Amino acid sequence: MSVLFRKQMVSLALVAPLLLFLIVFFAFPLFTMMKSAVSDPVATQALPASTNALSDWDRSSSPTSEMSAAFVEDLRQINDDQLFGDLVRRLNSAKAGFRTLITKTRTAVKATAGPIDLTAVDKRWADNSYWQVIAIATSSTITDRNLLAAVDLERNSSGAIDTIPAGASANRTILIRTFTMALAVTAACILIGFPFAMIAASVEGWRRQLLLGAVLLPLWTSLLVRTAAWFILLQDTGLINSTLMFLGLTTEPVSLIFNRVGVVIAMTHVLLPFMVLPIFSVLVGIPKTLMPAAASLGAHPVRAFLAVLLPLALRGVISGSLLVFMSALGYYITPALIGGAKDQMISSVIAYYATGAANWGMAGALGLVLLVATLLLYVVYLRLSAERELKP
Amino acid sequence: MKISKAVLFACSLLAINVTAVEARDLTVVSWGGNYQDAQRKIYFEPFAKESGKPLLDESWDGGYGVLQAKVKAGVPNWDAVQVEAEELALGCADGIYEKIDWNKLGGKDKFLPDAVGDCGVGAIVWSTGISYDGDKLKQAPASWADFWDTEKFPGKRGLRKGAKYALEFALMADGVAPKEVYTVLATPEGVDRAFKKLDALKPNIVWWEAGAQPLQLLSSGEVVMTTAYNGRISGLNRTEGKHFGFVFPGSIYAIDSWVILKDSPNKDAAMDFIAFTSKPDNQAKLPEFIAYGLPNIEAGKLVPEKFQAELPTAPDNLKGAISLDIDFWTDNSEALTQRFNAWLAQ
Amino acid sequence: MDNSFIRFDDVSKSFGALKVVEELNLDIGKGEFVSLLGPSGSGKTTILMMLAGFENPTSGAIWSDRKRIDKLPPHKRNMGVVFQNYALFPHMTVSENIAFPLKMRGTSRADTSERVKRALDMVQLGALAERRPSQLSGGQQQRVALARALIFEPEVVLMDEPLGALDKQLREQMQLDIRDLHKRLGLTVVFVTHDQTEALTMSDRIAVFNHGKIEQIGSPSEIYDHPSTRFVAEFIGETNLVAGSVHSIDGHEAVIRLENNEVIKVVAKDRLRSGSKVVFSIRPERIGLGAGPGNTLETRISDVVYYGDHLRLLLSGGGQSFVVKTDRNRLPPSVGDSLTVSFLPSDCWAVDA
Repeated sequence: MSVLFRKQMVSLALVAPLLLFLIVFFAFPLFTMMKSAVSDPVATQALPASTNALSDWDRSSSPTSEMSAAFVEDLRQINDDQLFGDLVRRLNSAKAGFRTLITKTRTAVKATAGPIDLTAVDKRWADNSYWQVIAIATSSTITDRNLLAAVDLERNSSGAIDTIPAGASANRTILIRTFTMALAVTAACILIGFPFAMIAASVEGWRRQLLLGAVLLPLWTSLLVRTAAWFILLQDTGLINSTLMFLGLTTEPVSLIFNRVGVVIAMTHVLLPFMVLPIFSVLVGIPKTLMPAAASLGAHPVRAFLAVLLPLALRGVISGSLLVFMSALGYYITPALIGGAKDQMISSVIAYYATGAANWGMAGALGLVLLVATLLLYVVYLRLSAERELKP
Repeated sequence: MKISKAVLFACSLLAINVTAVEARDLTVVSWGGNYQDAQRKIYFEPFAKESGKPLLDESWDGGYGVLQAKVKAGVPNWDAVQVEAEELALGCADGIYEKIDWNKLGGKDKFLPDAVGDCGVGAIVWSTGISYDGDKLKQAPASWADFWDTEKFPGKRGLRKGAKYALEFALMADGVAPKEVYTVLATPEGVDRAFKKLDALKPNIVWWEAGAQPLQLLSSGEVVMTTAYNGRISGLNRTEGKHFGFVFPGSIYAIDSWVILKDSPNKDAAMDFIAFTSKPDNQAKLPEFIAYGLPNIEAGKLVPEKFQAELPTAPDNLKGAISLDIDFWTDNSEALTQRFNAWLAQ
Repeated sequence: MDNSFIRFDDVSKSFGALKVVEELNLDIGKGEFVSLLGPSGSGKTTILMMLAGFENPTSGAIWSDRKRIDKLPPHKRNMGVVFQNYALFPHMTVSENIAFPLKMRGTSRADTSERVKRALDMVQLGALAERRPSQLSGGQQQRVALARALIFEPEVVLMDEPLGALDKQLREQMQLDIRDLHKRLGLTVVFVTHDQTEALTMSDRIAVFNHGKIEQIGSPSEIYDHPSTRFVAEFIGETNLVAGSVHSIDGHEAVIRLENNEVIKVVAKDRLRSGSKVVFSIRPERIGLGAGPGNTLETRISDVVYYGDHLRLLLSGGGQSFVVKTDRNRLPPSVGDSLTVSFLPSDCWAVDA
């Protein structure tokens, strides 16, 4: 065994725990999330006879008696309650009303052994649109339904991609809002964090400890305590408004809570450390002689800052911005508690689908769209920074 | 929709503290806050003493997906859970709950008819309605029309964020009789009408999500009136000397039930626990702490006179109140939630 | 005084209770190369920083070309500064670094590139113009720093231990290069160093600092051959300090009695008084082996150290020890041998104790 080979094995063994961790807790859940966004096997699985019977239906003529016989047969065969539950959820999610319809039909079907007239059980079975939903659901085990719905698109009855009517869904609006708010928070963090990091890097000893401690403090307090504190400060009768009114700067309370301003303030507060620390660590690494050198070469302090310190600190600003932006994308408790109705971010929609509606497909699809959009932004950033590196 | 077991497994690994599968103490889950404090005093601690085995209690914020994930992941780490009517209906259809042994409970006829189910036993009857601060408002609001009337009662209103309740209340404010609400809401025109009515109030609405929030909003004066859960109102009035009022006419009541998660390792203990909480003597102690109605008919009669009037189940309070339509919401929840979110975002 | 280009006028600097520079008076002529030499903490760097404008004097005034400059911000002083660690801008290429002072002065693009090219040629770095500082060796970085400090044609160039980080060979090469540039461009250079060889080889004048004060200022040979204090004698080069008392003075010669009662003759100086205690310095290379003119001493060899180009003998005699440098081929001495040494009275230089 060569020395080189042994060295490689040792280094492989050293990174193995990390690799394993990444696979188990990152790659695997990510993969299953993506899979759940596009996989749709439940109808095919629960309704095998109908899958056959519906495959050559043109979806516009009236439902045939074979179709309804096959469907009745399938319903009779389902004994797995959880599979049935999944089927109901799948169909009801495509068309509201399916839940009661299918439960009622199943009870009727189970009551007799022979053929049954579905329209007599519920007249909705004469309606083509319910059969269309079943036909679409059984047509394939993979679907783009969730992914399309995540960006407010759907397939119409002829199968072409169409926009969901305005007012029925707002995923696109909320996605764009999520990115805009993350951007606003990032900008606010730069504006406050950069000067702060500069001051912290220029002092030493207890002063530096104090400044860094102050910015780290929000990380050490629980989210709810912090949010409650913001509530006390920002509400109409809160500290800020009563101070402003006491000073006579305003007669009416300024609206600071339940709107975008409040959310951006609170999120900036929480995420500031992620901006300050990278900038700070880059700044303390810059040799102390560079600014005097620039001055001795004739640069006014402002120009020296722009030409020397700023470009060197940019690396910290960029990594800080990435950290803040990415974290901000996932926020939903702070917007939920401090924001108004128009400040909800995409995570709250994802949370609704996952924990509320148990619609894992939609949750996965929205997560995937968020991930892809973020990756696209990251690629743009890489492109830009690569070009900067190449340029002399 | 088929849920990949792997997703659920991964989710429960990440989000939920998975405890070891081996013998674990009976775990009871309820809604937290002063309600759970009361439950701890009158149910959890006495039951642990009587059975001689420890009982763990946790709290949750609802969400059918949470329960489903726990059951699908294998052996759940919760046993008895208090759920809302919608979660009861969904889960019972999906088979994620154990069947209830009504013999242990003394028979179905001992309970209000609405509180009896294959998978769940009613725990409380609770109401959602208008609440206001009696110290601040000279004239009390009496109806949803008042709630919508920003000229008569200037100021902001708190509403629970979600389509459920908001749409019903909007229709009542628009003049629909309480008994007709769900008939109207079942039509597309009815849904449009509800959203249109909500539009009118939208600039004045502060949305809340957790049950304790409306009380804070009311205390701080951030809103002039808000929807709230009736039990929390009388609880706060007693402990903090407030004079918050609750408007029963036009309120919507619903039943929360105890369920046992499928394949719970402590199934029998959980059943015994539910039986314990359903005994008339034990249940009758609840209204002293929190003004929720009692599903056990016998227990309802044991409640002292002075607390009776505050309960949603008091005959006077039932007049003009309606029951939450579970079938409507299990069918339409997803579609209406999507539309509601879209409406919010506009 | 009329010749003075830069003048420190009673300049003091203290940090809190710590006095770093005490009442400094120093004149530097136009085109002069002056080294500020001293151990670390002697205040020499602080003096340079005050001249560059990075520190303000606590009291006193600094003049440059008859203008008072101690209140002027650094970017208006028009002095080239070369820092100890070069202080090159890491995000700029070599030519961008060199062009920086011109850019700050709004020089035209064509003029800038022409001058940058010339400056690069001057320091022989034409081929590396597009490299980043991190891609250069220490010596190359130093030359870039030099070119950058010179390109805007400042009348004064300040250097703060610029060669400290280089290895010996490179350092000697750079010493010659800098001296050459100084002569060629007629620059006024203030050079801070703690390396006495560097100061001796490069300077027109050396100011030796100790505890914030000038111990002695003068040409390299004055400082080396006629150190005025014991500190200077010891700090510059190697020396033997011999203690004794003045026995008698006879015209140009004084007779000194050493501690073991042997007597030697030295050149008489004003400050020698009969009977007073005295310390003088004899450089090791001025002591010859064997009997010779002037003073002779009987000694014993206590150690021999081989240096390649010479040998160093550690001797004891006259009640104390001596170091002597000698040609290694002269004789093969061994420890314990007795040895006669001799030195001229004119090589004995009395210093303030």
